[in-house]
Amino acid sequence: MDYAAELITEFTPDEQRSTNKDLLRFITCGSVDDGKSTLIGRLLYDSKSLPTDQLANLAIDSARYGTTGDGQLDFALLVDGLVAEREQGITIDVAYRFFDTSRRKFIIADSPGHEQYTRNMATAASTADLAVLLVDARRGILTQTRRHSYIVSLFGIRRVVLVVNKMDAVNWNRDVFEEIAGSFRSFAAGLEVDDVPCIPLSALTGANVVSKAAEMPWYDGPALLPYLENVEVAARADELPFRLPVQWISRPTPSFRGFAGTIASGRIATGDKIAVLPGGHTSTVSRIVTMDGDLPRAEAGQAVTLLLNEELDVARGDMLAAVTDKPALTDQFAAHLLWLDQTPWLPGRSYLMQLGTATAKARVTEIKHLINVNTLEKIAASTLAMNEIALASFSLDRQLPFDPFRENQATGSFILVDRQTNATVACGMVAFPLYQATNLHWRPMKVTKQARIAASGHKARILWFTGLSGAGKSTIADLLEEALHRRGCRTMTLDGDNIRCGLNRDLDFTDNGRVENIRRVAEVAKLMVEAGLIVLVSFISPFRSERELARGLVDDGEFLEIFVDAPLTVCEARDPKGLYAKARAGEISHFTGIDSAYERPDKPELHLLSGEKMPEQLVEQVLKFLDAIDA
Amino acid sequence: MSLEYLDQLEAESMHIMREAVAQSRNPVMLYSIGKDSSVMLHLAMKAFFPAKPPFPLLHIDTMWKFREMIAFRDTRAGELGLKLIVHVNDAGLRAGIGPFSHGATVHTEIMKTEALKQALSLGGYDVAFGGARRDEEKSRAKERIFSFRTTAHRWDPRNQRPEIWNLYNGRIAPGENIRIFPLSNWTEIDIWQYIAREGIPVVPLYFARPRQTVHRNGALLLVDDDRFPLEMGEVPETKWVRFRTLGCYPLTAAVESQASTLLDIIDEMRLATTSERQGRVIDHDQGASMEAKKQEGYF
Repeated sequence: MDYAAELITEFTPDEQRSTNKDLLRFITCGSVDDGKSTLIGRLLYDSKSLPTDQLANLAIDSARYGTTGDGQLDFALLVDGLVAEREQGITIDVAYRFFDTSRRKFIIADSPGHEQYTRNMATAASTADLAVLLVDARRGILTQTRRHSYIVSLFGIRRVVLVVNKMDAVNWNRDVFEEIAGSFRSFAAGLEVDDVPCIPLSALTGANVVSKAAEMPWYDGPALLPYLENVEVAARADELPFRLPVQWISRPTPSFRGFAGTIASGRIATGDKIAVLPGGHTSTVSRIVTMDGDLPRAEAGQAVTLLLNEELDVARGDMLAAVTDKPALTDQFAAHLLWLDQTPWLPGRSYLMQLGTATAKARVTEIKHLINVNTLEKIAASTLAMNEIALASFSLDRQLPFDPFRENQATGSFILVDRQTNATVACGMVAFPLYQATNLHWRPMKVTKQARIAASGHKARILWFTGLSGAGKSTIADLLEEALHRRGCRTMTLDGDNIRCGLNRDLDFTDNGRVENIRRVAEVAKLMVEAGLIVLVSFISPFRSERELARGLVDDGEFLEIFVDAPLTVCEARDPKGLYAKARAGEISHFTGIDSAYERPDKPELHLLSGEKMPEQLVEQVLKFLDAIDA
Repeated sequence: MSLEYLDQLEAESMHIMREAVAQSRNPVMLYSIGKDSSVMLHLAMKAFFPAKPPFPLLHIDTMWKFREMIAFRDTRAGELGLKLIVHVNDAGLRAGIGPFSHGATVHTEIMKTEALKQALSLGGYDVAFGGARRDEEKSRAKERIFSFRTTAHRWDPRNQRPEIWNLYNGRIAPGENIRIFPLSNWTEIDIWQYIAREGIPVVPLYFARPRQTVHRNGALLLVDDDRFPLEMGEVPETKWVRFRTLGCYPLTAAVESQASTLLDIIDEMRLATTSERQGRVIDHDQGASMEAKKQEGYF
């Protein structure tokens, strides 16, 4: 059978009008119970965008879960699509709804109001052109209202409309409305948003939702839907310098080498000169390839494949950019960060940064300040927990091209991914490059690590002994180093106490001091690996995150975590330094095993039962293991 | 003629597909033969042009699809030169599982959800594209574009990864996988307008023709083959019908319609007062049935 398709080339004028509409993506946000979901339900219902079967289901659901009273439709149930949401009557995650009018197509992202679900609100805000911020007329501006306004402005959404809902509950009182509008406008003056139009309405009755309400003759602005149909949302991405983060290399034949990606900003035409970053080589565009034929030019938002005249080394994660107006290129910058994960930021920890299509290992080196979303004050802080917003300094393991977020959203935004759990833990907006980075350049060395390792005649690696005080880490490490030395290996031992007497004597025992202690030891160990040595490190290192920090600094396979495992009772009985006695007597605090936790390694490379076996047997076990992995 | 929002949707879908392929090791595209799959496949051809899409198509055959769907599937895969994998749950087939004998729920669970999980595990796929759209159903309206699944293929709707901008996090541990929904932001009418604009072939069942039907439990079912057991007093009638959505033929209701061309369909849609998935018997088993099925691993 032939499935030749009908190809419509001539649309009727009606059809053309409907396909020529533009698309507005907006979010509804605000505090819990301000009526976001109800407003969406009302918009869909009054614009006749609700199919009858969904309406019938809504009637059934309203009777079962509804909170609006007998025989009333509970519109919130239209968007609260998860069982858990309907049962609890709350919005947990963003829901997307679609509708269109004769003027425009709309995608609504209904975001949750609870602070707990701020990360889902951020998901909704990140793709919106405009924000509809709701306030309950009876409650006025709340912390969550301010938080959402701040996040909206942080995400670069300049168009915000304030909807004062539930006007029916305050007798359509103008003074109530004016006071809320006034106080919000003065708060919004501190944000980077345009003038905020304020609309009094009732989602429950439909007043001022689709058409002007008779109950509020004093209000002379538009109803919400006409406002949304007419508001100008300036897309200016094509006015910016050309940027194309390379997603994928297309090599269908040996002679075709195309660079596929979405144009993040600007325009490009064949013959234009471009630079490939971070490398910096330049070339000219020979073809802009699409399945519908080559294009003479393309602009922001289009997904294309570019061919270049010169053979250049281009990989996923590189950026093609205008030669005349290149992005910044550094490995250190300051950025605003919204923390999204339940596990707080761990000082010193290295995360994966996804910036455009590029990935780098990144560390937050400093929290410059947190932002109080209520007062917009800057607060000094050294921690960052879920839903908090900070300005922070970043250090990357390589240089990446980017633009400050304010100048170019698409090339100035990133997410952080936890390297163990793969969770998306934060999103960020680049503020500015750090001066230091532009003057510091990593200098490749003539004698490489590989050459030094070859001269050693054996693999270079870190043997990281972790375990309780008294478990036998140093004893085993000492015996092992002797054995390795006898075999002709080049070794070095880094001992916790010894390092604290010298390099790290300026550090205290607070959490930050402890992390810095580990970071320095790990950096020194890394240098020694580059020198071709086997480094034996004996540190209690009770926290997984600290050990993972050290692991992240060196190449895969170069870090061996050796868990020296003896029961607390055995360690305490040994008490070689008398520290357990002191801790029990309360003379020292934060002592691992007594009043501070030891996090056992999940998957150490080697697990030594030092409560049961003699040190000499355990050294044999390590040597056998090393021989096995080198074999 | 500029079709602005269709161009936007097209570019977004292509971006999603390229991102998913670049981040994955072993991707596959779920191909269910319907209009959404046809659009998704067309977008994949565009995203990787001039190369072929770097993944096979996977069809989960419940053995109860419309005959015209199967014929269409084989023709299209051949025309496009793509590898097509057809998977059937053999254990279910041997046990004689079917919608008439075992009911919609058991049939869907064993021949569709279970079969899908088998096929994904068998192929070791870390990424699977699906053609679901957020406007179809209320739990789909909640789902991310990159939707994380555990090693048991489960979806946890209460703990989805944040998805910020177009920065998709496709990182997973061994055995876990990600379902990718490139058509998340498309609506039913967008799909038809795009099919018309691009000239994408679709299964003829979408167009109204006189067909043999039976009215049962408020649904208009097509007598597609002789496995259809007629109940007492039932006599197949010839009616002008078409389908808005295609699944297993005993579980998919037709609508009475005269819309025999694409423009007729688009016009009809503009006036439609019911939603597309109303014709899917399986959706209406229990209130939150799609969410429950998705948690179990359904697309």
